[in-house]
Amino acid sequence: MREKEVQTNKIDWVTVFLYLSLVTIGWFNIYAAVYDEQSATSMFDFSINSGKQLVWIATAIGLIVLIMVPDYRFYENLSFILYGMLIFILLITPFFGKEINGQRAWFELGIFRLQPAEFAKFATALALAKLMDSPLFDLSQFKFQWKAIGLIGLPVALIMLQPDTGTAMVYSAFFIMLYREGLPQKYYVIGVIFVTLSLMAIAIEENLYVAAAIGAVGLLVIFSGKYSWKKTLSVLGLCGIMIGYTYSLDYVVEKLPEHQQNRIMVLFDPDIDPLGVGWNVTQSKIAIGSGGLIGKGYLEGTQTKFDFVPEQHTDFIFCTLGEEFGWLGSLILIGLFSTLLLRLVFLAERQKTRFSRIYGYCVVSLLFFHFAINISMTVGLFPVVGIPLPFFSYGGSSLWSFTILLFIFVKLDSHRDQILGRLG
Amino acid sequence: MESHRSIIVGMVILLVSIVLLTKLFVIQVTDDTYLRKAERNAIQRIVDHPYRGLVYDRNNQLLVYNNPVFDLMVIPREFHLTDTTRFCEIFGIHKDHLVESFNAAKKYSWVKPSPLIKQVSNEEFARVQDYLIDYPGLFVLTRSVRAYPNPVAANALGYIGEINKTQLAKDETNYYRQGDYVGLSGLEAYYEPELRGRKGVKYKMVNVRGIDKGSFRNGDLDTAAVPGKNLQSTIDLDLQIYGEKLMKGKRGSVVAIEPKSGEILSLISAPNYDPNILTGARFGRNYLTLNVDENKPLFNRPIMAMYPPGSIFKIVQSLVGLQEGVLKPSTTFSCNRSLVNCHNHPNPVNLFGAIKYSCNPYYHQGFRAMINQEVSSNTFRDTQIGLDNWHESVEKFGLGNRLGIDIHGEKGGAIPTSQLYDRIYGNGRWKYSTIYSLSIGQGEMLVTPLQMANLAAIFANKGYYYTPHLVKAIDGDAELISKKFKEPIYSGIDSVHFDLVQDAMKEALSGTAARAIIKDIAIAGKTGTAQNPAGEDHSVFVAFAPKDDPQIAIAVYVENAGWGGRAAASTASLMIEKYLRGHITRPALEEYVLEGNFIY
Repeated sequence: MREKEVQTNKIDWVTVFLYLSLVTIGWFNIYAAVYDEQSATSMFDFSINSGKQLVWIATAIGLIVLIMVPDYRFYENLSFILYGMLIFILLITPFFGKEINGQRAWFELGIFRLQPAEFAKFATALALAKLMDSPLFDLSQFKFQWKAIGLIGLPVALIMLQPDTGTAMVYSAFFIMLYREGLPQKYYVIGVIFVTLSLMAIAIEENLYVAAAIGAVGLLVIFSGKYSWKKTLSVLGLCGIMIGYTYSLDYVVEKLPEHQQNRIMVLFDPDIDPLGVGWNVTQSKIAIGSGGLIGKGYLEGTQTKFDFVPEQHTDFIFCTLGEEFGWLGSLILIGLFSTLLLRLVFLAERQKTRFSRIYGYCVVSLLFFHFAINISMTVGLFPVVGIPLPFFSYGGSSLWSFTILLFIFVKLDSHRDQILGRLG
Repeated sequence: MESHRSIIVGMVILLVSIVLLTKLFVIQVTDDTYLRKAERNAIQRIVDHPYRGLVYDRNNQLLVYNNPVFDLMVIPREFHLTDTTRFCEIFGIHKDHLVESFNAAKKYSWVKPSPLIKQVSNEEFARVQDYLIDYPGLFVLTRSVRAYPNPVAANALGYIGEINKTQLAKDETNYYRQGDYVGLSGLEAYYEPELRGRKGVKYKMVNVRGIDKGSFRNGDLDTAAVPGKNLQSTIDLDLQIYGEKLMKGKRGSVVAIEPKSGEILSLISAPNYDPNILTGARFGRNYLTLNVDENKPLFNRPIMAMYPPGSIFKIVQSLVGLQEGVLKPSTTFSCNRSLVNCHNHPNPVNLFGAIKYSCNPYYHQGFRAMINQEVSSNTFRDTQIGLDNWHESVEKFGLGNRLGIDIHGEKGGAIPTSQLYDRIYGNGRWKYSTIYSLSIGQGEMLVTPLQMANLAAIFANKGYYYTPHLVKAIDGDAELISKKFKEPIYSGIDSVHFDLVQDAMKEALSGTAARAIIKDIAIAGKTGTAQNPAGEDHSVFVAFAPKDDPQIAIAVYVENAGWGGRAAASTASLMIEKYLRGHITRPALEEYVLEGNFIY
């Protein structure tokens, strides 16, 4: 006999509680972002975003119930099919999607709009988990590395066609999961070095200083420890590549479209053009920074209320919270997110199948990336890219896709004891 | 196998959270620049300009009031013009001008109002008011400019204008802002703190497009504007109007003071200008025109022009001599024309006669007696000592220093000391013969018309004066004016000495200024003729009346009008009659003065 599929006592209620808290706080903030004292409408008014978001939240909860119903093996079996379907939809999106702000990333269904790229995230996560499920899948081997990266790269390439750089960037989050699953550490070391180098090359106007610094570090490495010709040559070669990269980066940056160039430059000098490119970041920082320790109070914010911050109910929703609830509000939000993420790491680690664990880490990776980049962007630590704050930002596609992403894992987790699976 | 990596992932999550919280702590809690920027962003400070105080004359007739003017404002987003030609006709504006202002408005802001037509007058406004409803996006902003029911006393009242950079920098109370109007001259400048009132402030919140979002903190921080205080001037409007009429076509000053209070009854500078032309939008252009006018209408002659006093100074000489005991009523000198020129009169004369006939040789000799009292055997040294003692006595008449009238720009005149001559000729290289011109009010001596009128007040009061001033009450309260205007200042001359002088001045009229005599009003006066090497002599007259109960002390100075007995004395006499009687009984004299034209 089949056991009862939905085992409520096995559901991780900590995760569910954290999820509901974030969604609820998010909803209140969306109302605050659109609130207008002079024409105050009810939070439940469907003509405003908070009312619409309530519809999204209700349907998301419906989705959760749906997710909980099927057999837990359903998701594993469905993963490649789902991935294939979404790749197909992404393929046709640039041709049939509705054009908004120069992007063809949306499908219109009546009054609601859906963004396929959002749903491709959890489809890719499922497919990755399925692909890497086999114990023979060894990430230290080159051919497996390419398989995994190919699976991630395909939707990225298609999303770049829309073009939606921000969403495409999100897929780099899977490197967190790949790290856990044994992708060699050297890739991350090289990655960190090149990111550091890129930042230095852009931040430090005179490339000669960067080159000198690289040379100095190289010499230190050559003459420290045992001296050998082989070491000297390889270090010199590496330094050469790094210096060459530094100089070529300026050229590459100049080749970028101007709005992307500016988004990078504004990180280093927010005053570069406070009314133009710097506007978003400057206004966002003013809104958050004016919150103080305890904030101005709910619905009392002036910067977000009076539209100084653009995109405040979607990508810049954190500004409303920062302004009205101050640093304590930020602390609570970041506390909730990091608790959720650590809880998910804990849950992933207790899975008995590779599939569930890998999927769990995919969830951690995607949520962490969105959370970290979104908040960094609002405080000017990262260039402005259009990615939402999970569970918080206004928008059905984003809320639905994050809910599905999270609750498939909650479902898998609730069945962890039934599986005597392929342990890795 | 890879479980240590899960710990690293967990640590990265924590680390990133801590970094974000730290960054947030910096911008939210430690750094308050964002808070200030937020306030600048969303909170607009709207200044409510108070009504400037009014100015009345001594009989509560209005001198200065506020006239509303209307700026026609436009909000470009809401303004749609279909028939430009008709619009231009209705509003009386040239098409090019309209296009220019509208483009400027659009450039400033698409949603915030900017002026389309500035300073529409009251009448024009009444005409276009009904059409406004046809043009959405247009509204009227009311402001006020100064206005003057009678175009007189321009220099005394002064004008207001936009505050300049130096004044802004000097404003320690931080009250003024760029573009504020302040009193720039006259009473407007001196009584600026009283007249201006107190600006009110409203804080309101605006959104990113500048659209009103209601008051900030329910208006708890808002303050109401306090209107300026009204001034009651000491000026007698009717006398001022009459005096300015008499001075038409002449260059000079008339200053009339009430001796027993120091209140200035009229302060006339000729030629003058209509103060209404220095208001509102016309200020800039008209100011430039006035500023380059060769007759210098902006030059406030009564307090700024300095002249040798001429013969009127002989009264001061007589009083100083009497006080020092050098001259006695009986002191007689012969009219020795080899010393200095004189005119025909009985000879020799005593002090009374010297005043009455204005005898130059008498004062030449009398002044020598005052200067060279043989304190020192060295003639040069003796002259120095004598001059400095004399200087000290003369200064007490309010000469050589600013009197301290309540308008800015007053000049102090000049009474020489020994130092001056030491500088010119060298120590010990000058003596009485070098400086004898001082004896008859010529030479290195300069006096303003205000000081001359003040001399007349001293003669009238028999020895003291009140600092002449133009305001007697602020908001109806006489206590609010400066104490310094209420304290008598003594000339150091005993009142007994004034009897002879007053009598002689009364007699002098029949000698030198018979035209000035008014039937039934005893005038004591003294003419003067200040030599003017550049042209016709200046005509001077100081007087007070009635002699036994002085109500008015007056000085008239007419440039290039020749002998003092003519233009100056006649004008003064008419002024006295106008003030004391309220009407003129001698139309012929009035005619004579009005016809006088001494601007060449």
